[in-house]
Amino acid sequence: MVSAIALLALDVGWGTTLALKTIIVLMVIPAGAIILGYVFLLKMMSHMQSRLGPMDPGGFHGWFQLVGDGIKFLQKEDVMPAESDRRVFAAAPLVVVLSTFLIFAVIPMGPDLVVKDLDVGVFYALAVSSLSVVGVLMAGWASANKFALLGALRAAAQLIAYELPLLLAVVGVVVQAGTMSLQGIVYAQRDGEIFGLTGLGEPFILTQFIGFALFLVASQAELTQTPFDMPVAESELVSGYMVEYTGFRFLFFFIGEFGTAFAFAALAATLFLGGWSVPGVTGDWANILGPFVLFAKLMFVAFLMFWVRFTYPRLREDQLQALAWKVLIPLGLINILLTGIFKVAF
Amino acid sequence: MPKLPGLIGGLGVTLKTMLRPAVTVQYPHEKEAPAPRARGVIALKEENCTVCMLCARQCPDWCIYIEGHKEQRPPRREGGRPRSVSVLDRFDIDYALCMYCGICVEVCPFDALFWSPEFEYSESRIAEMLHDKKRLGEWMESVPEPEPLEVGADSGKKK
Repeated sequence: MVSAIALLALDVGWGTTLALKTIIVLMVIPAGAIILGYVFLLKMMSHMQSRLGPMDPGGFHGWFQLVGDGIKFLQKEDVMPAESDRRVFAAAPLVVVLSTFLIFAVIPMGPDLVVKDLDVGVFYALAVSSLSVVGVLMAGWASANKFALLGALRAAAQLIAYELPLLLAVVGVVVQAGTMSLQGIVYAQRDGEIFGLTGLGEPFILTQFIGFALFLVASQAELTQTPFDMPVAESELVSGYMVEYTGFRFLFFFIGEFGTAFAFAALAATLFLGGWSVPGVTGDWANILGPFVLFAKLMFVAFLMFWVRFTYPRLREDQLQALAWKVLIPLGLINILLTGIFKVAF
Repeated sequence: MPKLPGLIGGLGVTLKTMLRPAVTVQYPHEKEAPAPRARGVIALKEENCTVCMLCARQCPDWCIYIEGHKEQRPPRREGGRPRSVSVLDRFDIDYALCMYCGICVEVCPFDALFWSPEFEYSESRIAEMLHDKKRLGEWMESVPEPEPLEVGADSGKKK
């Protein structure tokens, strides 16, 4: 980022750089949430159900629908249940959005376009995405509503259970790349070779396909998307832990959900598809092309996630847990075993 | 996993549906023509009405309001007595009450009421949903031709 700004012949200190990066990430999250929400939730879902989705707001195929929804939410009355714990109730959506914001701090969009490339990037990203569990529990407890609490407890059980397959899928990638830093993983994919063929790079999806499938399923569960949306079972618990939330607090949860979907899709694109890198492109061109390449890859991953979301019915809580503990974790462990063997043997 | 082929097949179904054009007709920019026998609005052919009041009596909602009076006409031939003729003063159908059951059209012995497939007559004030005699006569223009009888049907005409 510093060299990119030096590219623009500006000499700024670390304070301004930090402020700029913070502002950019804060803008990316709602923008990403709106783009994902519009393209996949409103339009792709509609076409999968043989209907059109919003067509009128904004004129051209209803692109303004979500922005208008956001404005509508902002002008609603701030209602809190009388028995609720006010501070916790108000803080819960902020915790969820905070965890989304913190994931974006390590996702690289170019060789220099990253907020901070930590050496333990992947470890940090997974740790920070677990903060949303705390936010969900806070929301369910502070709502002073038995059904919200039920939803929150289901959510906590599910999110904790599915963090392990997520972790195990990522460990396979880390073992193959040899580093936990996300930039390092991207470089390992760009400069790698397939059976001695250089120049094409080596996206880890080719060797880590089990890991990719695991990551997709686990991130689907982490985001409480169908088929794992028992906590937010709309036809059963209304909105589960979100049921007492209205207006801009609900908007925060919504942005948190889709923003985290954006972040997880970006993580999957970085870990398995090669992130911002295109084999053969280096230097300043990579800085300019990087964000667009990452965006294209993450839209593909998000397409897969939302495709599964709109196809399958909901899993019951016990089926969900059985899937995590009895199927996905053993698969993840086998994946690590195989990766280790192949890494040492070849 | 034995369920996997079914799961993949399900994904294929949603993908195929997504790639096909949607079936939505975007009203009011695009309109679909209703079937010719669709029940949109009821039209009145005033010259056929003899103010027998059958339609008003049989309407389940009592949404037809009829007023008429009798007049004397000169006899048809010399030396006869004057004929009395019913004249229709007022024939209103209140479409805010009408439930489009069609009993009035069915029961009219003189074929004075007809179905028309027109449906775009919503108003912003309920009072304007009461269509008077003149407006009901105007709806006659939208009444389609009666459908041809099936092959081999008995036309009912006296031989």
